[in-house]
Amino acid sequence: MANSMYAIEVEHLTKIYGKGETAVTAIADATFQVKPGELVAILGPSGSGKTTLLTAIGLINEPTHGKVIIADAMVADEGWVSGIDLKRLRREKLGFIFQAHNLIPFLTALENVMIALEINQLSSREAKRRATELLISLNLGHRLNNYPSALSGGEAQRVAIARALANRPKVILADEPTAALDTENGKNVMDLLKKLAVENHSAILVVTHDRRMVEGFDRIFEVLDGRIAS
Amino acid sequence: MNLAIRDIRYHRGRFILTSIGLGLLLGVVMSMGGIYRGLFADALTILNITKADIWVVQQDTNGPFAENSRIPEDIKYRIKAAPGVTEASPLSFQTIQIDRMDKPLRFFLIGFDLNGFGGPPVILAGRNIRQKHYEMVVAKGMKMELGEKIRLGLHEYTVVGITGKVVSSSGDPAAYVGLADAQDIQFKKDNDAIRNDRERIGANLSGMQTLSPAQAKYLKQNIAGITESTHTVNTVVARLAPGANLHEVQERINRWNHFRPISVEEQTTILTKGMIEKARMQLGLFRIILLVISAVIISLIIYTSTLDKIKVIATLKLIGSRNRVIVGMILQQSLLMGIIAYGIGYILILLTYEKFPRRIVLESFDLQLLFAIVMAICMIASLVGIRKALKVEPAEALGG
Ligand SMILES: Nc1ncnc2c1ncn2[C@@H]1O[C@H](COP(=O)(O)OP(=O)(O)OP(=O)(O)O)[C@@H](O)[C@H]1O
Ligand SMILES: [Mg+2]
Repeated sequence: MANSMYAIEVEHLTKIYGKGETAVTAIADATFQVKPGELVAILGPSGSGKTTLLTAIGLINEPTHGKVIIADAMVADEGWVSGIDLKRLRREKLGFIFQAHNLIPFLTALENVMIALEINQLSSREAKRRATELLISLNLGHRLNNYPSALSGGEAQRVAIARALANRPKVILADEPTAALDTENGKNVMDLLKKLAVENHSAILVVTHDRRMVEGFDRIFEVLDGRIAS
Repeated sequence: MNLAIRDIRYHRGRFILTSIGLGLLLGVVMSMGGIYRGLFADALTILNITKADIWVVQQDTNGPFAENSRIPEDIKYRIKAAPGVTEASPLSFQTIQIDRMDKPLRFFLIGFDLNGFGGPPVILAGRNIRQKHYEMVVAKGMKMELGEKIRLGLHEYTVVGITGKVVSSSGDPAAYVGLADAQDIQFKKDNDAIRNDRERIGANLSGMQTLSPAQAKYLKQNIAGITESTHTVNTVVARLAPGANLHEVQERINRWNHFRPISVEEQTTILTKGMIEKARMQLGLFRIILLVISAVIISLIIYTSTLDKIKVIATLKLIGSRNRVIVGMILQQSLLMGIIAYGIGYILILLTYEKFPRRIVLESFDLQLLFAIVMAICMIASLVGIRKALKVEPAEALGG
């Protein structure tokens, strides 16, 4: 496939949960593209399909119809492309940040970031070096050896961001990364994401409820009942 | 980075406690193996220390350990004269239970010919029996002092020596006395019984019309002599000359009728297959049950610890971990728990096995086999957890 200019391409993406009478169309015929370095907000009421959209792009929720192309790789075309290694794409091309930070409770902050690097075949020395560097750049240099339970919400979310960034992914997907944080910490996280989009040249999709959080974003998608308007 | 170890490090309290619990269980499994080996060793102790090649016993019996065997003492001369035999020595065995310091003292009394063999294998303290009568050598396990006296039968016996760990096939400690003393204790009736016998025989004989009074008197004396005779033993043990043919000697003794010459090999079979087979099967069954229990416990622990980690596993999958990282984490934890529990059980047994009332024999083969079984159990037990883990969807990491 030719090198396109997009990090994410979605064509006629549809996701239907269930079958028959109980079927729910969570995403209906979505088509859009996101360029590297673009920071996109996805806004919409509860149940509108935001998480569904993000997880379909994140290769953890199989689309019912339509195409998904991540960093030039066709991953879904009427369902997953057969024989595709989703795990590999996830660890190489994608970074995830969620509302609940999803850190591994029995690993320290440093180890939580290192693990993402080590599963990408980095030596543990190199992983340690890069993880430390990253955490220091996110102002967590003093928290390297703390377990997640000993971190504040904002600190934990920054560790999760560091983990999502560790492999310098083309695409970062964030589902309500600020929901568990107070306004100030929420703003800090959003500022950080903005900065990263520019510095790392990553496409960043951020789902949020909160309109106040999205100033300075490149684009805003409004989702309503599974339909996207930008 | 090893996730199994990180998780254990984080939950070390829980891990250590479960390992100790499992370790206790495995310790019991080990001790049961040791008890079985101990039964074996005990059963063969006397056979082994006697170092005889043939045990001559009463015909049609499996004596002297398995059942009653009585043969005349003087058959030793005939056995010794048989071609190929260099030594023959009579032995008597009996289990005795007396009260000593208000506690029952049970032991196995061995009577041996002071000029023959089959006596105490070593003397740890004091000396061997020297006087023909009323001296005794006891095994360490009797917990008696040199010079101590006990009453056996009609006489008092003095402990003159202490020998090592000699036990009967049922694990009772052994004591040695001279053969004549042992015969006294085993066969000699007390004076009342003798008087009764004499009177009964006299009454029977005088009732016989065909006997003259002189004949009756003569017969009565002879019969009394026989009934009071104590020259009976339980076995005569024999050693063969180097190169002598065991089967030939056995056949010769067989031809005399009245006697059964048992080889050491046959005696071993009688002692192990016959006498301790049931105990062995019971212990084996218990061991299997305990191992099954361990397997169930390990599965349960691994399964619940996997359930606790569903979110972690989902997160690992989300960030793209290969399955082998996740399978490895669960399997390693299971194996590690097995290794540590085994270690705890092993240390426990090492520290306590000498304090068991019966002998525990730890054989490295048994221990290695158990280790392999425990590892196999851990591997199988982790399968339930692994199955669960492989089914976890990465999307499960999303939920709060
Ligand atoms: N696994 C599922 N099975 C069936 N229906 C589902 C499933 N996940 C989501 N849905 C339904 O799909 C629709 C969209 O859900 P989704 O989670 O994408 O909404 P959302 O916009 O993220 O909402 P929120 O803001 O509350 O997180 C909802 O009606 C929801 O009930
Ligand atoms: Mg959602």
